[in-house]
Amino acid sequence: MLDGKKHRIAVIGAGPAGAAAAISAAAMGMEVDWYDKENRPGGKLNDYHQLFPDRSSAEQILADFEGRTEAIEIKKHFGTAVNRIETDNRQLILLSDNEIVGNADSVIVATGFDFFDARLKEEFGYGIYNHVITSPDLEQILKTNPEDLRKEGADPASIAFVHCVGSRDQQAGINYCSRLCCITGIKQAIEIKELFPSCKVVNFYIDIRAFGSGYEELYREAQEKYKVQFIRGRVSEASENQQHRILLKAEDTLMARPLKLTVDWLVLLVGMVPSCTQVQIDNHQCTDQETGFYQPVNAFTGSRMAGQPGIFTAGACGGPMSIPEATASGRSAALEAWQYIKDR
Amino acid sequence: MKNYWKDYQKDIAEDNYFYVRSCIRQNFFPGAENLFIDILRNKLGKVVFEDADHTTCTGIGYHTDIVPLETTMTVVARQFALMKEKGYQNLVVSCVTSFGLYSEILDLWKHQPELKKKIAGYLAEATGRVFDEPGNMVHASDILYKYRNEIAAIAKYQLVNRETGEPLKIVDHIGCHYAKTFPERGVGGSEFPQVLTGLITAWGGSTVDYPERRHCCGFGFRHYMVQTNRGYSISQSKIKLESMQPYEPDLIVANCPGCAMFLDRWQYTLEETEGSVYGQNGRKIPVVTHEELAGIVLGYDPWEIGLQTHQVPVEELLDKIGIEYDPDLKYTDRQGNLIGNPEMINQQVC
Repeated sequence: MLDGKKHRIAVIGAGPAGAAAAISAAAMGMEVDWYDKENRPGGKLNDYHQLFPDRSSAEQILADFEGRTEAIEIKKHFGTAVNRIETDNRQLILLSDNEIVGNADSVIVATGFDFFDARLKEEFGYGIYNHVITSPDLEQILKTNPEDLRKEGADPASIAFVHCVGSRDQQAGINYCSRLCCITGIKQAIEIKELFPSCKVVNFYIDIRAFGSGYEELYREAQEKYKVQFIRGRVSEASENQQHRILLKAEDTLMARPLKLTVDWLVLLVGMVPSCTQVQIDNHQCTDQETGFYQPVNAFTGSRMAGQPGIFTAGACGGPMSIPEATASGRSAALEAWQYIKDR
Repeated sequence: MKNYWKDYQKDIAEDNYFYVRSCIRQNFFPGAENLFIDILRNKLGKVVFEDADHTTCTGIGYHTDIVPLETTMTVVARQFALMKEKGYQNLVVSCVTSFGLYSEILDLWKHQPELKKKIAGYLAEATGRVFDEPGNMVHASDILYKYRNEIAAIAKYQLVNRETGEPLKIVDHIGCHYAKTFPERGVGGSEFPQVLTGLITAWGGSTVDYPERRHCCGFGFRHYMVQTNRGYSISQSKIKLESMQPYEPDLIVANCPGCAMFLDRWQYTLEETEGSVYGQNGRKIPVVTHEELAGIVLGYDPWEIGLQTHQVPVEELLDKIGIEYDPDLKYTDRQGNLIGNPEMINQQVC
């Protein structure tokens, strides 16, 4: 409540960043309209099994967010894909396919990210070979039915992970590092070893970027406790043999020699790319020309987007980030939005 | 094959082709290029022009560091000049090495226009000619891919085992220089190329996706040109043959003259050197080119199109399909006179 008038804020996106922003804005007394293209909140958290580095249950984190958003007054507009914002006399008008769906004094855009389409790295055969899957595919399998990883009732004998698929890859037009694929691969490798202790697990990496709290420790644990093998080198090609096993050609760049390996499953640790459902803001260019992620006016001082005042970004729509970082950025954006309304 | 690779479908001109032959295809498979021209002109009704002044592209010399790049580019610019002089824009390249080299040069000129200007100067100085880049440039196998359904409609035979009714199991091998350097210039890209599988499936056969499908055939220039390296060439072919053997293919088809040659000839060499024999019942795997495959389904006489020049005999394949041929005419000239049967050589060949 500011000057006796309830101020309206719209939050677009109901993943972790959007949820944190909506909860914080409501707690600060703003009237919150919460949008998401899906019919349920949670975003990609719905598809995850365990979260790194402490293996928290994604389901529990999701339930926590849901409990907190239920406990506070937030108007939910799920199933509504806001894809444009226009300005009308300091009011921000929200549109979905040219139809006005709401208005607000301030907007937080938290539309998240997409996973890199691994089919574009044709040499790995994703979409062609059934036993080539991506890290989100594996997360789904681990969440729903890990038994699917067995082949004809037997434990898988070997599984390989390929790091940096659609990340740090000039050929794919993606020069930036998605930062979280390494730790995802480490966590998933451990989960595989826990499920199938005799399975040989190999991670092919460029260099391991375990930057977050607890990440390096998990990397060490994967090697020492779980005996996950890490090979520095890129896989050049995957193909399938008659037994539907995947034959890999790679180079071990530490040993300086080529190698071949046959595995039961190949897991591609896919990078993060801008969401295909980005919101158009008037006619302004709000995204970074190279990466395609939303770009704040000044990343050092806040999350306000270029173009229109009153619009802020939160979470991975601004670039690859972890869930704790995304929720922190959601809370921060809510505070900036509140400040903006108060000061204008 | 799923349809993700449709992005790679390339623009292939419909008619009025300026055809440039391969130095080695016409030696290895002497009937193949005439057959291609005959199919285009007389079966599909297309205009194909050949220029007697056309020369080598220098590809093998370039790849073995004998011919400098600027010389190669000037020679290629001259080929383009010949096409311009004859009023054509659609270049059809028989050789995969040439196709890759032309693609490389066009890409270099795109990124370094000053280089193109320099080469134009060299060409003008040496020959007085001027050139334009091709409006459309494709490999000969692209044309057959484009008209694969039209060929299927007039085909006399299908790639089907006459006795079992099953589609023949056919290995496709794409020359590395067709799409591995510039995937967008190949039908289907470089990882899951469609150009030959399209022909195979349109003409009734089935394709074999074996692990070493994308591996080099062994025609790497530095492998086979240097005699001491030739073992590397044979080992590459062996890797492929070992990998495809469990699928028991009926046939290998390749769009590169070198690939078709080595996959064919090295089978004999492997048998001689280490006793390895591939194919069904130890009979080796026949190898044909894309033109020859089209000729087979269109019902050309196998000996008219030069299938007797292959190392691995093709008769078993012809019998499977049900193609009629006269075995007595295999080694005869046009007048029916025997030109001599090949004899087993008694010296080491590699």
